[in-house]
Amino acid sequence: MALDKSEVEKIAHLARLHVSDSEAEEVTTRITDILALIDQMQSVDTESVEPLAHPLDVVQRLRIDEVTEENQRESLQKLAPASEDGLYLVPKVLE
Amino acid sequence: MEWETVIGLEVHVSLSTKSKLFSGSSTEFGADPNTQASIFDCALPGTLPVFNEEALRMAVRFGVAIGAEIGKRSVFDRKNYFYPDLPKGYQVTQLDFPTVGKGALTVTLSDGSEKVIGVTRAHIEENAGKSLHEEFHGMSGIDLNRAGEPLLEIVSEPEITSAEEAVAYLKKLHTIIRYLDISDAIMAQGSMRCDVNVSIRPVGDTELGTRTEIKNINSFRFVEKAIISEVQRQQEILEDGGRIIQETRRYNADKDETTSMRSKEVANDYRYFPEPDLLPVVIDDEYIAAVKAQLPELPDARRSRFAEEYALSEYDAGVLVSSRELAEYYEIVASQSGDAKLAANWVSQDLLGLLNKNNWELADSPIQAERLAMLITRIKDNTISGKIAKTVFETMLEDESDVDTIIENKGLKQVTDSGEIEKFVDEVISNNPDQVQQYKDGKQQVIGFLVGQCMQLSKGKANPAQVNELLREKMQ
Repeated sequence: MALDKSEVEKIAHLARLHVSDSEAEEVTTRITDILALIDQMQSVDTESVEPLAHPLDVVQRLRIDEVTEENQRESLQKLAPASEDGLYLVPKVLE
Repeated sequence: MEWETVIGLEVHVSLSTKSKLFSGSSTEFGADPNTQASIFDCALPGTLPVFNEEALRMAVRFGVAIGAEIGKRSVFDRKNYFYPDLPKGYQVTQLDFPTVGKGALTVTLSDGSEKVIGVTRAHIEENAGKSLHEEFHGMSGIDLNRAGEPLLEIVSEPEITSAEEAVAYLKKLHTIIRYLDISDAIMAQGSMRCDVNVSIRPVGDTELGTRTEIKNINSFRFVEKAIISEVQRQQEILEDGGRIIQETRRYNADKDETTSMRSKEVANDYRYFPEPDLLPVVIDDEYIAAVKAQLPELPDARRSRFAEEYALSEYDAGVLVSSRELAEYYEIVASQSGDAKLAANWVSQDLLGLLNKNNWELADSPIQAERLAMLITRIKDNTISGKIAKTVFETMLEDESDVDTIIENKGLKQVTDSGEIEKFVDEVISNNPDQVQQYKDGKQQVIGFLVGQCMQLSKGKANPAQVNELLREKMQ
């Protein structure tokens, strides 16, 4: 399976990555190589293999439902470029 | 052409845990913006999720309540998209191995028939924050208090064929969730939200038509209206030879129409993959059995019990179990008054009428179950008539004194003294010679009029049965 440049541009857009025209060609080749590897892996017979969700053979530990966090708004908002009335401000977004 | 409608519902329910799904932040409603958003909720690098056991228990509780398959091994996945109120750049959800698998709900329709509607799955996921688009110098404000709160997304099979069925399904879901006490499920506050997938096809076709998705509808009535208007729109397009575009739409209640929000074609590549920061969640039969053992009596079972134990019709019993609080209220009234049937009438008509009229929740009612039970007791022991009881009921709204005090103070006690009743009867007989003659000539139904006159004269306080009897005696 080979990707063309326009597909790479679409994926880059979804991931909000900027890929210049000169880079796009190289990136396309590299992703195509990765897909070739995936093709190769998919050709392996895995009929009797359990799907793996995580490489560690352990299960999730659970947390008791209690509030352990305190309000850290003041210190966290110092990290943000802009905030007002307790809100983080970001460039205007509208659906 | 004859068309049929195919509807699937996705319902998001906010689970009422104390803390968030993957962090120890509070989920208290109405806090100041970003005061309940920890370093994890803000997605600062190096923070890791730890799964809330109560969210898991609530999801399993829902699953066993609808007889669903429970995923003994559930896996979280990342759903990737960019939006400022989703600081991580992905939502943690469950794609292939949800905690709740196939189940079903039985709904009762207005014609009394029942229909089983399949639930495809219910998965646990985290909520996003809130974006505020008011004027912040041309910027948007972000509140992350809601970010990371636990949601249960319940997906129905596309087996719903009308707006009525959709609403019946939603109401049933709402009732069960409230019985289970896993969410407030208040649509107006967003703790229950509904996305509706609608398509139509010619009757007899087996393939589904192209569907549209109506997002974020926040009341039962709007779900109904949105479906009716969307079906109408699709039908007009198809009958004009057009085609439906698969897209997300929004329901505009003022105009009673749906409008396009955005085309899904670009946005729907969420590039899911297993969440590497969380391990599979494994539960065993023992865990499921323990959750099952703690289930409360559910609405269907309670309806059957009410119908049998209190000799009520299925319909009346259905009304009374429609919310857990109402059912508990009714049981107090029925047992304390000792008259289940009368209690059912008062609760389902007078009390519910009062709540609807004022748009109150049961908790807002100034008439508690114990007071209503006492009122019914006084009807039963003939202290007051059923009609006078309505007056007492009205008074009870403003007057918090006990029922007997109200009856005493307002002089509403029923007159059962035959001497007094005789006075009313005599007066009515002498004032209405024509009607009395008619009665004597065999026109029996005139008695109703004469009883009415006596009741009026006594200001409703005379015992109607005694009046009736005495009138008949005197006119022989």
